[in-house]
Amino acid sequence: MVPEPFVVVDRRRDTADTCTLQLEPCAGAPLRFSPGQFTMLSAGGAGEVPISISGDPDRPERLVHTVRAVGLATAAICGGSPGARLGVRGPFGGPWPVAGIEGADVVVAAGGIGLAPLRPAILWLLARRERFGRLVLLYGGRAPDQLLYRDELGAWSERGLEAHVTVDSAGPEWLGHVGVVTRLVHRAGLDPARTVVMSCGPEVMMRFTVSALTECGVPRERIYASMERNMQCGIGHCGHCQLGPTLICRDGPVYRWSELEPWLAIREL
Amino acid sequence: MRTLEDVVAGAPLLAGLSRSHLGLIAGCGRNQRVDGGIYLLREGEPADRFFLIREGAVALEIHSPGRGAIIIETLHPGEMVGWSWLFAPYRWQLDGRTVEPTALVAFDGACLRGKCEADHELGYQLMSRFAANLVQRLQATRLQLLDVYGNDRALR
Amino acid sequence: MATAPALHVIDRVDFDALLGALAGRGYSLVGPSVRDGAIVYDEIAVATDLPVGLTDEQDGGHYRLVARDDRALFGYAVGPQSFKRYQLPAEVTLWSARVDERGGLTEIEEPATRPPRYAFIGARSCELHAMGILDRVLLGGAHPDPADRARREDVFIVAVQCGQAGGTCFCVSMGTGPVADRGFDLALTEIVDDQRHHFIVEVGTERGAGVLAGVPHRPATKEDREEAAAVHARTASQMGRELDTTQIKELLYRNLEHPRWEQVAERCLTCGNCTMVCPTCFCTTVEDVTDLAGTQVDRVQRWDSCFTVDYSGTHGGAVRGSARSRYRQWMTHKLATWYDQFDSSGCVGCGRCITWCPVGIDLTEEARAIRDSERGTDADA
Repeated sequence: MVPEPFVVVDRRRDTADTCTLQLEPCAGAPLRFSPGQFTMLSAGGAGEVPISISGDPDRPERLVHTVRAVGLATAAICGGSPGARLGVRGPFGGPWPVAGIEGADVVVAAGGIGLAPLRPAILWLLARRERFGRLVLLYGGRAPDQLLYRDELGAWSERGLEAHVTVDSAGPEWLGHVGVVTRLVHRAGLDPARTVVMSCGPEVMMRFTVSALTECGVPRERIYASMERNMQCGIGHCGHCQLGPTLICRDGPVYRWSELEPWLAIREL
Repeated sequence: MRTLEDVVAGAPLLAGLSRSHLGLIAGCGRNQRVDGGIYLLREGEPADRFFLIREGAVALEIHSPGRGAIIIETLHPGEMVGWSWLFAPYRWQLDGRTVEPTALVAFDGACLRGKCEADHELGYQLMSRFAANLVQRLQATRLQLLDVYGNDRALR
Repeated sequence: MATAPALHVIDRVDFDALLGALAGRGYSLVGPSVRDGAIVYDEIAVATDLPVGLTDEQDGGHYRLVARDDRALFGYAVGPQSFKRYQLPAEVTLWSARVDERGGLTEIEEPATRPPRYAFIGARSCELHAMGILDRVLLGGAHPDPADRARREDVFIVAVQCGQAGGTCFCVSMGTGPVADRGFDLALTEIVDDQRHHFIVEVGTERGAGVLAGVPHRPATKEDREEAAAVHARTASQMGRELDTTQIKELLYRNLEHPRWEQVAERCLTCGNCTMVCPTCFCTTVEDVTDLAGTQVDRVQRWDSCFTVDYSGTHGGAVRGSARSRYRQWMTHKLATWYDQFDSSGCVGCGRCITWCPVGIDLTEEARAIRDSERGTDADA
């Protein structure tokens, strides 16, 4: 339960309130992880928060986290310039189902900062590109200046990712899609028999995206979502992250939509 | 070589219409090629046409002083642009600008309205399809309205 | 065919010798005593520190201590506290660290102090089950905390088989009592009347046998054994409440939108008393406590309650804003989702939540109302 000290070796500002940090352990081996897992990050005296790992699982030497500053702890973490020390516990949680879906068309459906926990899955899949059918990214954000990893999308496309990006609204200089990410689903021309979906974003966005996917015939058993509730310990002790019969930090955060759906339908569960 | 009727028959919104109805609709249409950056519709102007996009893209915009033009939706090949031609007072409610060089079928809305008055079955078929499209766009718009990326999803 | 365990008898006059034997082995004795009109757990040394000659009157939102007409040491049920407070203390410092001038954490260390070696005197069957349930939560997962394990090792347990059921008890319904058959070093059944006062003792472990060896005792006779069994049977027949646990998980899962939740929400104050007195509620929160200069930080873990609005707070707001959703969360966790999370019920039938609810909400009644509404016999549903 005691954090390991890590030091910030690189800090990049992604958007007005989001930054990406690269960390290295102060002592000991790098933190190995599977795509979709998270750590509990502590800043000195400002509390501890769960943050998805957004780095490349094949290159764990640097622990990468994309953090949105919305409270005391995340603001302190985001404020950490190179040389600052953070506490890290983890990795916790279960991974995206990247192993065992060989031959499938894989759709990554992300909204807002939800692309951060999916980035490790994208990198893992691209490194093994020949094992899969289509790799499709459907990514929705609020506005062009709030999209993550824009500079990487080109490289990912070259490596065989079909990237479709949309924003809720934009100025006239934006040449891409405008509209909700659900509209991208209908345009993607998916083959439901071969498609597996991994989704992360605001819960409302995921519900509507799944609705569009199931309208296109993708079965709920092959749609996976990463869930979030108030998480405090990360290890199944504090009780906060309960969603009905499941503890998200322990049994999730990745779930099959077919398991989740009945519980998400209950208001205020 | 695809005729205009073949193109019209291929539009998802018009799927399932009878050949004779498709013929009536195609009779009100003509092919058009437009450069990028051209305004096909302007807020407040008479809505006497609507468009089927064959290639390219059209951005729907609302202009507001101080903020300039804000794109609130983009439409793509296979999609219809405009429904204000079907409902009084027959005036555009926002701007529509081609994002890039665009190939369209432009339909004469007044002409087609007349044909719908004469053939109520045609009118019913078109109304129900446009209504279904409106429902989808309304739901999508509601989701945009929630601004889900604005205040949610902090802790990742 | 199981052979009946060997039983022994300790006389009342030798009870302090039992406590002394434990103290002599270095245990800190913790047992029931009276404070502020209730029976709570505190350090004890001799028999007279116990609530001698007292019993409790318990009902929904009602607790009184009343004099008995004998001098029984354990003539009452359970009070507002449970042994949870030693297994999962209300406040624990997890680690401390220094904070450097850039806000970075250095010298992260766990506390050096070890918990005392406790001997729990007077633990009831429901409490032993509750300790086992908490063990599954805290130690049964993938990341057990060594500090939690240390608090459980080496605790000596002198259980007491209840001589009377409390007004809100329903351990029989939950299969958690009134007789403890494991999880103790020694288990006592108190026999007290005008002529006699002694304890029939069952040994649970070798360690327990070792302690008993140093205390005056004699083998139990067949009459002693029968008398103990009669006490156990009498207690079992006196339960103040009942809960039908038949498929209760499925019952509650089907009824998450039942109108009864709205009805109980009108009464529930969301005060969280139930979570504080419950021996299995385990929710905690963590806080960073710094000194004024901000150079030293303690990460402190405290009891939390799912009844607070903050409990389910995400950045976008609380998921469970209404009292209805919070009561439903507590009750369905306790009686239903606990099965899926930890393979058992979360409830041991001790009745504390009923007694200590200021408005007397009774989860056995709530469950019954929902179950009966499916049979069409509840007019309110």
